[in-house]
Amino acid sequence: MSHVYVVGIDMIRFGRYPDRTVPGLAAEAALMALDDAGLTLKDMQALYCGNLGQASGMVGQRMLAEIGQTAIPVTNVANACATGATAFRDGWMAIKAGVYDTVLAVGVEQMGKGLLGGGGGVSPEGLVGSYTMPAMFAHIGMEHTQKYGTTFAQFAQVSVKNHHHSTLNPKSMYRKETPLEEVMGSEMIAYPNTKLMCSVNVDGSAAAVLMSEEKVKRLGLMDRAVRIRASEMSSNPYEDRQAAMPDFSGATRVCAKKVYEQAGLGAEDINLVELHDCFATAELVHYENLGLCADGEAGRLIDDGTTALGGRVPVNVSGGLLSKGHPLGATGIANIYEVATHLRGKAEARQVEGARIGMTHVVGGGPGMGTACAIHILEKV
Amino acid sequence: MSDPILPIIKTEGDTHYLAGSRCGACGQIFVGERDVCAKCTARGQMASIKLAETGSLYAYTVVERSFPGVATPFIDAVVDLDDGAHLKGTLMGVDPNPATIPFGLKVKIEWREAVPVGADKPYLTYVFVPQEGASA
Repeated sequence: MSHVYVVGIDMIRFGRYPDRTVPGLAAEAALMALDDAGLTLKDMQALYCGNLGQASGMVGQRMLAEIGQTAIPVTNVANACATGATAFRDGWMAIKAGVYDTVLAVGVEQMGKGLLGGGGGVSPEGLVGSYTMPAMFAHIGMEHTQKYGTTFAQFAQVSVKNHHHSTLNPKSMYRKETPLEEVMGSEMIAYPNTKLMCSVNVDGSAAAVLMSEEKVKRLGLMDRAVRIRASEMSSNPYEDRQAAMPDFSGATRVCAKKVYEQAGLGAEDINLVELHDCFATAELVHYENLGLCADGEAGRLIDDGTTALGGRVPVNVSGGLLSKGHPLGATGIANIYEVATHLRGKAEARQVEGARIGMTHVVGGGPGMGTACAIHILEKV
Repeated sequence: MSDPILPIIKTEGDTHYLAGSRCGACGQIFVGERDVCAKCTARGQMASIKLAETGSLYAYTVVERSFPGVATPFIDAVVDLDDGAHLKGTLMGVDPNPATIPFGLKVKIEWREAVPVGADKPYLTYVFVPQEGASA
């Protein structure tokens, strides 16, 4: 079966835009992606729009009201932190199925500051442990510490690395170096995650134009195309401790296994990865979940620079969610933008030299909710 | 008698217990009451049980910043109960210092009355405390 390609992709610089609207942010990225493809909204046969904060608000239709009501089918998608990647994958599936040959996928989010969740009514917070995201992901890190002796400093080093990467990315929310002492000495939120080891709540949007192989060739767009080598999703398999500590590893491992099979590739073939570093603890755990190293070796991988720019498999060269920012519904497509930019050889100061195959990973969920994971493998044409 | 903070907390006479379920098909033990097994998908095989009230500390974090109005620091703990269930809760009676909290610490459940954030009256809750003689 023929492949599906990305022929246009872009994102706005992540930041805080309290005076903008959600459809307005989505529209900006959509037009940027169309320009990147050299196409117009009239060329799009369907829209897949990902957003969480206004999930019942028909964001896709409201975006079209701003940039052109072409009466195409709109699917509005909400799927925790995998929202944007789910919208992208829905577009991929529609083209794979032969229903359309050209679609637009958009992810957008406008967020407040501070801890997600909480507020409203009587809460067991504090009486029955914690229901904050930093605490949930602290457990995941402490489980790794319990099994393998991973240290606070090793987790903190993830944040040092990703903040360093972000200094090379003009679309990142923050672009500041954060030395190890600063990361470890910043406000403790939930041990071992300090404030600088938590992702940044920001506003953002990203969009992609997806196209069938036949049409890419017919329109002569292969010069800008990036091949979608594989696309997979999963939900959380049953895990013993899932009610006590939400599980993000099980779903990622299931999804990784399937995506490598679909691509006919292994972890050793991947040249760069954008993975879900919502907290510094999560990045190390996902090295193992994605097969970048054997179980128990994630600490060594961060220590020896394997995942830093210039290493064997750079991870989160965009700055990651920790520094670039994490606008929930936009993150999944922004990750694809980053990898596609490297495969096109256009990442300038942060370019991963010789990149041919890249991977994007998002996984989200919450206490009592379950997990959504999406992984894409992209290939240079 | 105060209302329970979570529906898994049950009262029988003047004693409290945590409601659990055991699947008759695969043997899995769950926190709370349920009808269908999430592990093996068996239907109509679930038996109600009272969960064990002792266990060991599997993972934890010391929460220093929480939602507005919630007192910190506190220890958010994941405990493996001795009957095979896994329970989240607040660990008390231990210094909230990660350098001195040992994984595997033997703990037990105690019942407390406490006023949760957003409420104006106390609720019945459980906490974990170290078992007698457990090193902390």
